[in-house]
Amino acid sequence: MIVAAIFFYLFAGVCVASAFMVIAAKNPVHSVLFLILAFVNAAGLFVLLGAEFLAMILIVVYVGAVAVLFLFVVMMLDVDFAELRQGFLQYLPVGAVVGMIFLAELLLVVGGWTIGANVSIAAPIPAMDKVSNTEALGLVLYTKYVFFFQTAGLILLVAMIGAIVLTLQHRVRVRRQDIGEQVARTPATSVELRHVRSGQGLQDSNPQGGAS
Amino acid sequence: MAAFFTDYIWPLIVMVAQSLLLLVILLIAIAYVLYADRKIWAAVQIRRGPNVVGPWGLFQSFADLLKFVLKEPVIPAGANKGVFLLAPLVSCTLALAAWAVIPVNAGWLISDLNVGVLYIFAISSLMVYGIIMGGWASNSKYPFLAALRSAAQMVSYEVSIGFVIITVLLCAGSLNLSVIVEAQNGKYGLFSWYWLPLFPMFIVFFVSALAETNRPPFDLVEAESELVAGFMVEYGSTPYMLFMLGEYAAITTMCAMGTILFLGGWLSPVPYPPFTWVPGVIWFTLKALFLFFMFAMVKAIVPRYRYDQLMRLGWKVFLPLSLAMVVIVAAVLQFGGLAPK
Repeated sequence: MIVAAIFFYLFAGVCVASAFMVIAAKNPVHSVLFLILAFVNAAGLFVLLGAEFLAMILIVVYVGAVAVLFLFVVMMLDVDFAELRQGFLQYLPVGAVVGMIFLAELLLVVGGWTIGANVSIAAPIPAMDKVSNTEALGLVLYTKYVFFFQTAGLILLVAMIGAIVLTLQHRVRVRRQDIGEQVARTPATSVELRHVRSGQGLQDSNPQGGAS
Repeated sequence: MAAFFTDYIWPLIVMVAQSLLLLVILLIAIAYVLYADRKIWAAVQIRRGPNVVGPWGLFQSFADLLKFVLKEPVIPAGANKGVFLLAPLVSCTLALAAWAVIPVNAGWLISDLNVGVLYIFAISSLMVYGIIMGGWASNSKYPFLAALRSAAQMVSYEVSIGFVIITVLLCAGSLNLSVIVEAQNGKYGLFSWYWLPLFPMFIVFFVSALAETNRPPFDLVEAESELVAGFMVEYGSTPYMLFMLGEYAAITTMCAMGTILFLGGWLSPVPYPPFTWVPGVIWFTLKALFLFFMFAMVKAIVPRYRYDQLMRLGWKVFLPLSLAMVVIVAAVLQFGGLAPK
């Protein structure tokens, strides 16, 4: 168990430290990189809990996709963070009050946590040596909680469609590429053989040139 | 104290020794894979390729290693020093770390993870950071453009690779790489491996693997005709070599993944003696090398894609195709009574 404890304190310590650095770092790109470090360490904590599926999904989804987009945006932004920090002391009291309220609420919730009298404390998931982590998760996700799962998916779909609708604009005068049309071209529709007499040049009815 | 030694110290020593052995074999293999790549490319172009250092140029990669290591690393004045040096390390370490879960034979692997496929997928989705960090930290226009391109490219093709992997997982019923290989063990030998029943997916995987590892024809990350050398413009000596090493390590990982998911891993193509007497690791190596040969041939004979064509292929061709295949495979397995377990 001692090894697990060492790794717990390692992951937890680095996680908290990097979470602090996210807000303390001067450079916003460094902040995002520290955020990624925090995610990876949180994944390490999941592995220690025996939730290896969640750990890997955390890395694939948050680090591999979401944080890449964060980094993408932050790198492109031309924000002078020194300027943003000008009013730091001015806003500090408000921020501190909000933070304290959150902390108090969290402590109240966690401190007042009790398991109801008629709730069985038996393990809600099957033993780990019988069913693998992924399988156990799938068994409840697609049976007991299938409606919640589908609803979550639907909400994401609506959000995605909304974002597309908001940003998609069909400009009429833009020339677009139609791959099917390009592939369907044959020599008969695009190449024309002409005999050019010497000294006369090409007597073309189409002065623009090129195949019509 | 004795219990402490047998419980912790000895397994640690064994694990470190295994990792070092794997790393040494892998690095030597990468040196010769690099040599093979250049030789194949040269042969297609009717050149000789590297042929000076050692017999037939066999020591060329080691000479290159010495050259890179002995050069002076130059850090541009405007670069973000820490991130600039961290980027090649991230790239190289992650690419090598993926090999920890790859079984080259039954039981021949460092860590038999239950979620091996996801681990490799996670590692390969992290690979993009080496490139983004390198491109951003160089504080130069071309690397930065390359970093933005690569972020979009690698994230796009990860989606289709993810769906391809899901079709394989549906058939095998496990996320463990060894179990996936064993699930392909049928009486028809190489015809019961997943490349045949999931044929379009094998092609999609191969092309996506090319895009994911930034190999030609998808090497828009370092397109030398437009971006000089992409995200590596400002890099030289050892940091550059680490990027190079990471790239080739990622390619070997992808070849190994293709071997495991579609070509039956260490299984013999003909499931009868004397073919089954051949050690599995030899079959595995041959299959991975075959996939690498295909990678090298594609590099030699296919012209580079334009960026919008690349995005179109990823999002408008591969994504719908692989998504449809997930539904079809799931439906066939469920209603055809073929589902595992």
